[in-house]
Amino acid sequence: MARIIKKAATRKKSLPKKPVRKKQSTTVRAKSATRRVIVLVATRKGAWLLHGDAARKTWRVDGPHFLGHIINHLVLDPRDGRTLLAAAKTGHLGPTIFRSADRGRTWKEATKPPAFEKPADGADAKMPARAVDHTFWLTPCHANEPNVWYAGTSPQGLFRSEDGGDTWQPFSCINDDPQYRAWMGSVQDSTPDGPKLHSIIVDPRDPAHLYFAMSGGGVHESVDGGRSFTTLIAGMEVVGGFDAANVAFHDPHCVRLCPSNPDRLYQQNHCGIYRIDRPSNQWVRIGKNMPKRVGDIGFPMVVHPRDADTAWVFPMDGQTVWPRTSPDGKPAAYVTRNGGKRWQRLDVGLPDSQAWWTVKRQAMTADAHDPVGLYFGTTSGELWMSRDEGKRWTCIARNLPEIYAVESAEVR
Amino acid sequence: MKVLIPSPLLSYTGKSEVDASGATLTELLADLDHQYPGLRFRVINEQDQIRPHMRFFINGEQVFDLAHPLRTTDAVYLVQALSGG
Repeated sequence: MARIIKKAATRKKSLPKKPVRKKQSTTVRAKSATRRVIVLVATRKGAWLLHGDAARKTWRVDGPHFLGHIINHLVLDPRDGRTLLAAAKTGHLGPTIFRSADRGRTWKEATKPPAFEKPADGADAKMPARAVDHTFWLTPCHANEPNVWYAGTSPQGLFRSEDGGDTWQPFSCINDDPQYRAWMGSVQDSTPDGPKLHSIIVDPRDPAHLYFAMSGGGVHESVDGGRSFTTLIAGMEVVGGFDAANVAFHDPHCVRLCPSNPDRLYQQNHCGIYRIDRPSNQWVRIGKNMPKRVGDIGFPMVVHPRDADTAWVFPMDGQTVWPRTSPDGKPAAYVTRNGGKRWQRLDVGLPDSQAWWTVKRQAMTADAHDPVGLYFGTTSGELWMSRDEGKRWTCIARNLPEIYAVESAEVR
Repeated sequence: MKVLIPSPLLSYTGKSEVDASGATLTELLADLDHQYPGLRFRVINEQDQIRPHMRFFINGEQVFDLAHPLRTTDAVYLVQALSGG
């Protein structure tokens, strides 16, 4: 989700050492009724922008951009409502970042895309040199830090730009730290498309308070702007037979912070759905309350912009050989309205059988309208949306390439 | 010297054959990147390794060493390797 944020709307920093548990969800009102939604679609073969009308009923298609490029993430900067960053590579060429200052009318390539450092002389041979295969995740920083962005890559690396995405610097305290490298494992340990550093989250109250996640390698938190990180894995389960105390065995798929209550985060993990309420360090597996026949395995995690008790997931088949398809070929989102105590199936309008697609971790999002609009893209190239928080779904684009990421942005 | 450019890099050069100079492949790539900013990183990674699907041919012979010496009369082909269906 990417909304336009004004500086005046942000809270003063308060969290880093002792997060304040102050529920705000009932006091935050939708301010987006006059704003239009742009849905940003990143695919295996390019990017598309779908411009919605005020009612979110008709959509103007803008694209393809970068036809033939693998676009892993396309994000509009909510701080200015104009700047777009696209994480790109092709089947043959190395990775790069493209930037647009006019919502995609024109693009310019980053001068220095994310890249790992060369090993220092005499570096530990157990830490071989690495090259970025692709940038996977892009996060605009805090409203009070214009032009600052974070990027997560595959192999796992964390990068920061302070000039709007033109030049990127590595976080050596993560990328070259022997402990983190051990937790990251090797390519052999990774997800099929390579190990990912993802879910880079900036606390809206404090730009120095950061989270990120690694598949695999757990969830991590910094309260000093990224100078140091601590792990945040207590309560998270791992595959049976492995030691949950070992960070390397943890595989978070997607972590989201609730904008209306930044002390609450939800997580879709390889081993279930979780919630955490800071300052507690304990994740709680709320996915155990999902229907047993569906389970709580999946990739995306979506939170409500104004109600921290509401979140959505899109379960997939994670049994046996991990088909990564909708369970029984019957796709559905599930919503909780009470922080995970109960879940409700949302499948009206979706195929009722023989639909063997699923939704990747970055491919489901929400807008900030009231009622909230939900959007997801499928591995079969369909883009679906709901104007009523998931009660009814409508397909708004089909025959696109495999969809890797979907973001919504609100503009005037 | 003449350098043949593969189609994935035409967005940088605008043409399939360009002039560039250098006493080695490393220097040649530096000159190409000077003329066409960003081109080198799409071909050579941050560890100075040729990316998996890119190949260099000099006067018809494949070359893997970026320190390979060049003469002004050499013909350099930068090729997108055939890989996958």
